Amino acid sequence: MTTPTSLSAPVAGASSPAASRRRFWIIVSVLAFVIAPFVVSNYWMYWICLIAINVVSATGLNILSGYTGLASLGQAAFMGVGAYSVALLEQHLGLPFYLNLLLAGLAAALVGLVVGIPSLRVKGLYLAIATIAASIILEFIFANWESVTHGVKGLNVPPAQLFGIVLDQPAKQYWVIVPVAVLMVAMAANLFRTKVGRAFIAIRDRDISAEVLGIPLLRYKLTSFALSSFYAGLAGGLWAYFFRVVTPESFPIVMSIFFLAAVIVGGMGSIAGGILGAVFMTLVPELLRLAFTLLTPWIPDAMSIIPAVRSIVFGVLIIGFLLFEPQGLIEVLPRLRRMLRRPASRS
Amino acid sequence: MIDWVYMAEIALSGLGSAALLAMTGVAFVLIYKATRVVNLAIGETLMLGAYLFFGFTSGMELPVWLAIPLVLLCGGLFGAVIERVMIRPMLGSSALSVFMVTIGLGSILVGAVELIWGLEPHRLVSFISEKPVFLGPAYVSPKTAVAFAVSVAMIAVFLAVFRFWSGSLALRATATDPGAAYSCGISVPKVYSLSWVVACMIATGAGILVGAIGGLSSSMGVFGLTVLSVVIMGGLDSILGVLLAALVVGLVEAYAGALLGGEYKMISTFTLLMAMLLVRPHGLLGSAEIDRL
Repeated sequence: MTTPTSLSAPVAGASSPAASRRRFWIIVSVLAFVIAPFVVSNYWMYWICLIAINVVSATGLNILSGYTGLASLGQAAFMGVGAYSVALLEQHLGLPFYLNLLLAGLAAALVGLVVGIPSLRVKGLYLAIATIAASIILEFIFANWESVTHGVKGLNVPPAQLFGIVLDQPAKQYWVIVPVAVLMVAMAANLFRTKVGRAFIAIRDRDISAEVLGIPLLRYKLTSFALSSFYAGLAGGLWAYFFRVVTPESFPIVMSIFFLAAVIVGGMGSIAGGILGAVFMTLVPELLRLAFTLLTPWIPDAMSIIPAVRSIVFGVLIIGFLLFEPQGLIEVLPRLRRMLRRPASRS
Repeated sequence: MIDWVYMAEIALSGLGSAALLAMTGVAFVLIYKATRVVNLAIGETLMLGAYLFFGFTSGMELPVWLAIPLVLLCGGLFGAVIERVMIRPMLGSSALSVFMVTIGLGSILVGAVELIWGLEPHRLVSFISEKPVFLGPAYVSPKTAVAFAVSVAMIAVFLAVFRFWSGSLALRATATDPGAAYSCGISVPKVYSLSWVVACMIATGAGILVGAIGGLSSSMGVFGLTVLSVVIMGGLDSILGVLLAALVVGLVEAYAGALLGGEYKMISTFTLLMAMLLVRPHGLLGSAEIDRL
C-alpha cells in the first residue's frame, strides 16, 4: 500500500532535506504499489483491497468527526446507498464503472443532505441521532423495496471492466481500488489547505467564534456531512465491485461503529491517523481469527465466540483510546520511536 | 367495519410498551440532566438487566423475589462503576467524546452477553401469572398489564422523589450549573454518581420486564434506540415531554405492528423522529439552548 505521508508534509523548498525525503518516499510508494501485485499472494491482495476501501470510508468520517467535530453513526448505511447505487446502475444503465462510482458517491451525498438539513440546524449530537434513524430507515428500504433491491436476496454486481480487462480478482481489482483510495485521501489531505477545510476546523474548535468570524455554520456543517457521505458512498461503490453482491445485511450499524472506532483509534483530525486506524481496525478481526486458531486445541468452540470477542475488543479500543490516548495511534508511534531510540543512544 | 375491541386491545398493548419506554426514557433523562451525557448504552444496560435476571433465575435457580433485588443491586453497582471509571475521567472533554465512550460501552456489553450466554435467544422463567386480564371486553396480556403497572408506579415514585426530596434540589442545581452548585457546597461528584446508579437500576429493572414480554437476545439493546428517539422527541431535558412522546411512540408502534406488520414498528418510530427533527428539533417540551459567548 502506498503511504500518503508525503501528502501531509509541509510544503518545503525543492532542495531542503525534507523535500528530498519526501521525493524518496513517493518513489518508494509508487514502486511498492507497482511491485506488490507480483510478489504478494492473493490472500494479502484481498486484505490490501479491503483496507483501501475502509481507508476511503474512514477518511470520509474523519473529515466529519475529526475535522468538523460532528459524529455520524450512518457511515455504513451511506456505504450501502453507494453499493446499491452501483448495483442498480450496472443493471439498468451499464455506464463505465468510474462514472458509477462517482454517481454512487453523489447519491450518498444527496441522502446525507436530506438527513443533515433537519438535524444540523440545532447544536449538539442531533446529527449522530439522525444518522442512527437514517441507518434504520435505509436498512428497511434495502430489505423491503423488493421491486428495486430484491429484498433480502440482494443484488449481484457484475465485475468492473477496465480497458477490456474484467476485474474479478483482488489482484486485478487492486489496480482500481488502491489508486482511487490514494486519490481520495490526497483530496482530503489537500482539503484542509483550502478555505472550506479551514472553516471545518474553525467550527470544530469553537463554533460560536467561527460564526462570529463569518462562517455560515449550517452551510459548512452540511458541506462536511455531504463530503463525508460522498466518501462513504464511493467506498460503498468500491465495496460492491469488490464483493460483487449487495444485501441489506451487508451494512449494519455495527459497521458504522467500526468506522468510528477506526477514526478514534487512528487519530481524530489527522489524515494519516485515519488511515492508520482503518488499517489497524480492518486487521483486528483477522488477527483475532489467527489468535483463536492457535487457541482451538484448548478452547473447543474458539471460532464461534469470535464475533462476541470482536465486539468487546472494538468497545475496549474505543473507550481505551478516548480515555488514555485521545490523539490516537498516530500520537503513540512517535513516542514509541523515541522510547526505542533513547536506550540505544545511552549505551 | 372496524373491530373496535381489536383496536382497543392494540391500544392497550401500546400503552404497555409506552410505559416501558417512558420508564427507560426517565433513566436516560436523569443521566442527561445531571451529567449532560447522551448515554447510548442505555439499551444495552437494559439488556444486561434482563440477562442478569435470566442468569439468577435459570442459571443459579434463585427464587424470583430474590433475583429481582439482586438484579437491581447489580444494576446500581454497574452504574456506579461505569460512572467512576469511564464517565468521570471524561469530564471536560467534548460531548462527542463522552457519547462515543457510551457507544464503546454498548459494544462491550453486547459482546460480553454473547460470550457468557451465547447467541441464541432465551426465554425468562414465567414469574407473572398467565391468567388473562380483561378490561371490559378487551383482552390484555398479563405481562403487559404487570409491566404497565410497575412502570407507572416506578415513574410516579420517581416524580414524587424528584419533586419533594431535598436531594433532588442538588440534582437540579447541578443540572443548571455544576460550577455554581459546587461552590454552594453541593457535592457534584456525588450527584453524578447517584444519577448513574439510579438510572442504571431503573434500566436493569425495565430490562426484566422487557425480557419477560419479548424474550432475550443480544440485539435487545435496539430497544434503547427506540428510547433514544422517544427522548429526542420529548425534548432531551423534559421528563413530561418524554412521558408524552413515549405515549405517542408506544401507540404508533403498536398500531404499525398490528396493522402493517412487525417490521414496520422501528421504521414508524424513526420516521416520526426524522419528522420531529424537521419540525421541532428541540422536541415537544424541550428547551432550546441559547448560546452565550
